[in-house]
Amino acid sequence: MTLLRVDGISKSFKGLRAVDEVSFEVAEGSILGVIGPNGAGKTTVFNLITGALRPDTGRVHLAGREITGHVPHQVTAAGMTRTFQLMRPFYSMTVLENVTVAVLAGGAARRTARTAAAELIERVGLGRWRDAPTEGLPTAALKRLELARALASKPRVLLLDEVLAGLVPAERAPVMELLERLRTEDGVTLVFVEHIMAAVMRLSDSVLVLDLGRVLTSGAPEEVTRDPRVIEAYLGEDPHAHA
Amino acid sequence: MATLDPDEVRAPTARAVPWLRIGVIAALVVLAIGLAYVRSGSGVVVVQAVATGVLIGGVYGLIAMGLTLIFGVLDIVNFAHGSFLALALFLTFGLTQAGLHPYLALAASVPAMFLLGVLVQRGVLAGAMGKPLENQLLITLGISLIIENGLLLFFGANPRSVALPGDRGVPIFEAVANLSRILAFVGALILAGLLYLLLQRTRLGTAIRAVAANDTGAQLVGIDTRVIYAVTFALGTACAGAAGTLVAPLVTIEPTTGSLFNIVAFVVVVLGGMGNVVGALVGGLVIGLAEQLGGIYLPGQSPLLSVFIVFVLVLFLRPQGLFGRSA
Amino acid sequence: MTTTTDTPAAETAAGRPLPRLPWNRHLVAIAVLAVLLVPLPLILPAAQASVAVRVLIFALMSIGWNMMSGFGGMFSFGHAAYFGIGAYACAWLLVEQRVSPWIGMLAGMVIAAAFAALIGFLALRYKLRGAYFALATFAFAEMLRLWATNSDFVNRAVGYHVPLRTDSSWWWLQFEPSSPNYFWIALGLTVVALVVSVQFVRSRAGQFTKAARDDEEAAAAVGIPVMRYKLLTMALSAAITAVAGAFYVQYFLFIDPDLAFGSSVSIQAILPAVIGGVATIWGPVIGSVVMGPLNDVTATMLRNPPPALEFLQGRSGLDVIVYGILLIIIVLVLPKGIYGTIRQRWSRR
Ligand SMILES: Nc1ncnc2c1ncn2[C@@H]1O[C@H](COP(=O)(O)OP(=O)(O)OP(=O)(O)O)[C@@H](O)[C@H]1O
Ligand SMILES: [Mg+2]
Repeated sequence: MTLLRVDGISKSFKGLRAVDEVSFEVAEGSILGVIGPNGAGKTTVFNLITGALRPDTGRVHLAGREITGHVPHQVTAAGMTRTFQLMRPFYSMTVLENVTVAVLAGGAARRTARTAAAELIERVGLGRWRDAPTEGLPTAALKRLELARALASKPRVLLLDEVLAGLVPAERAPVMELLERLRTEDGVTLVFVEHIMAAVMRLSDSVLVLDLGRVLTSGAPEEVTRDPRVIEAYLGEDPHAHA
Repeated sequence: MATLDPDEVRAPTARAVPWLRIGVIAALVVLAIGLAYVRSGSGVVVVQAVATGVLIGGVYGLIAMGLTLIFGVLDIVNFAHGSFLALALFLTFGLTQAGLHPYLALAASVPAMFLLGVLVQRGVLAGAMGKPLENQLLITLGISLIIENGLLLFFGANPRSVALPGDRGVPIFEAVANLSRILAFVGALILAGLLYLLLQRTRLGTAIRAVAANDTGAQLVGIDTRVIYAVTFALGTACAGAAGTLVAPLVTIEPTTGSLFNIVAFVVVVLGGMGNVVGALVGGLVIGLAEQLGGIYLPGQSPLLSVFIVFVLVLFLRPQGLFGRSA
Repeated sequence: MTTTTDTPAAETAAGRPLPRLPWNRHLVAIAVLAVLLVPLPLILPAAQASVAVRVLIFALMSIGWNMMSGFGGMFSFGHAAYFGIGAYACAWLLVEQRVSPWIGMLAGMVIAAAFAALIGFLALRYKLRGAYFALATFAFAEMLRLWATNSDFVNRAVGYHVPLRTDSSWWWLQFEPSSPNYFWIALGLTVVALVVSVQFVRSRAGQFTKAARDDEEAAAAVGIPVMRYKLLTMALSAAITAVAGAFYVQYFLFIDPDLAFGSSVSIQAILPAVIGGVATIWGPVIGSVVMGPLNDVTATMLRNPPPALEFLQGRSGLDVIVYGILLIIIVLVLPKGIYGTIRQRWSRR
């Protein structure tokens, strides 16, 4: 069953077509990888479907309901949450407080919110940072905080914007395992933007390639990465070698 | 600063004159004047309002140019601007008491306010550069409290006045304006022109504009931004000082007089586009008019009320000002 | 605002106890302080007792400001609007309609809250931030001042005198000038405001507001309806400051447009919080304790100035100069304020 359907969304900034008639569908319980060179419009697509930006054209449907033009908190309430490529913690709060707020926003009772937040923090492997202020936290921890906070709203669709970037290989493996478990144990549908091809190959059921705001191609990971147009979009270099 | 639609905040790429905007503003002004005529039913009243509004508007423009320059370059919302004007008022008063011609006091008030500007910027504000906006706002607020109440402490609250020798009413069409008002307007325009030339035609002006556009970039090409910050702030306060002397014959001189001009100057700065020096001058004229015409629209209300109404409308509908932001 | 019991001792999956929350400690501290302060007006000489009342009025105003501008991060330069609405609602209802000041106080709170929500809606709708937001709040307060100054509806620039009664009355909130009741009422109102601010910060609404202050987009992304909670915070903040205005009228028996809506009123709401510590529970209180007595100290000094400064005798303005100097020093040296700095040192150990 299609859980997320995007039909022909576009967005221009001062004449620059950042996203141009992009369409795709994501089936419930599947994982879609989104790749494309820098500036291809990946983050802008996330901004458009979560309501952070209003699309110039096109529609977005979540579980059959139209959510085009909804503001971000409504989209989250409808079951779709995103993380930010440039991490955006609530800087005056500790890690625990950050996640607690998100749990509360998801509708939990105040009595149980902190415990639930602490469990989420353990789950994403942030345990040792739990009571630390977010100021001065390393990138790896901030990325996981993004993940924990997004999970707090118990989303059906989770949009991840480069959660693996900035992590050393040893740190990536547990996050990838977590993402896999999110799908198998929690049934979360994932859309993730990633430059690290090994992760894209391992996790995605299908891959969407964006270039200059358009969908270049989409399909199974192996097919897509062998597509000469994709290789060319990555400036002639082998996408496997990228980043 | 305010987050604006990215389409709206664009630095003017060419030095093109925005004729369309000027046309729209002129049309609005004509409409406002027409409505005032309908409302009052008297040509003399309207002509008088327009004459008074434009004349004082030039002075507002000069004050606001200083304020907007400071904002554009140092990113500081200077709540102390009006209190520098008040200082200049009292300085002018003191010098005329000593027998000097009021306009000769310019030779004292401008350098004095320039110097004070340097001292305040280096001594107090430099410590808060790059800190959150609230910090700078609070510091300038503190400075204004000190100056305004210092004047109150030393001179008391009694209103004073300065008389211009040979001041008289000059007929303009059917209206009458005091010579002192006309001279204040002319003086303000001359000084505004000089400031504009300084910014556009001199090395110092180029450096100031470079720092306004991008201070790290300016630093890289060898501009000492600390000096530019101090000089810019001082130029801004010197504008307030000059305006203080020019309006001295027109106003009752009290420690709080400055804060009235400060309020108006904020409105003008937002109207003209924060950081836009030319916009400030045009905005000054528009606000001068709005103040006088507002008196016709809303009889019995303070003219300041219409200034605030314009202000709030501009904040909500065109927060980037009439001409957008630039320095 | 819901206030359920937090569970400090709850164990996590990993078995580590969660850190204790400070809220109950704050509440206990408020209660202890309140009890300790009750005998104060009986001990202090009359002049000092009135200083104590002024401290409490400052505290009330500033607790209100701190909620919106500290915890909410929306820098208001126009809290005079809410103070003035509280004062004028109370005075108008009392003088023109013979309504008890207590009801006037409630009415003032409601009107101030509605006005704040309206301003807030406009400001947020048009995305005013930083300097623009501060200037807009300032403009609305000034507009109210100008309107009141020229409006027959509220007696123009003359303002209102509270009619004097021959007897003392709780219902009409009027006592002997030296009565300790004024202090006790102000203390009660301040304690309630403090408790409200503690409960607010620990509540869902308070936590959401803080999150939105830190990062609006991230807050919206986790599902917080940012606009709704910001407006709620502004309304609550305005209502508390309105209480200060209503009490002010009853205590000083007089109000006019400048005393109610003047920009110096807005400054008086800001300064205690900044001096004591913005976005802390105790900051506004500590700042008020510093600021309140200054006025008296400087007035005494100017009544009998040292010989070298003879010419300053009987002048005013020195107190505000000291505020200004204090403000600059605090912002430059202790940007977190007195309490904020102490708290930070404490938690670092
Ligand atoms: N708010 C905005 N205003 C103006 N231009 C924007 C805005 N957001 C994005 N752009 C532009 O749109 C284009 C697409 O940007 P986007 O951030 O979506 O790329 P991306 O694929 O996420 O790139 P990266 O891999 O670097 O994260 C870029 O050219 C960018 O400069
Ligand atoms: Mg991106």
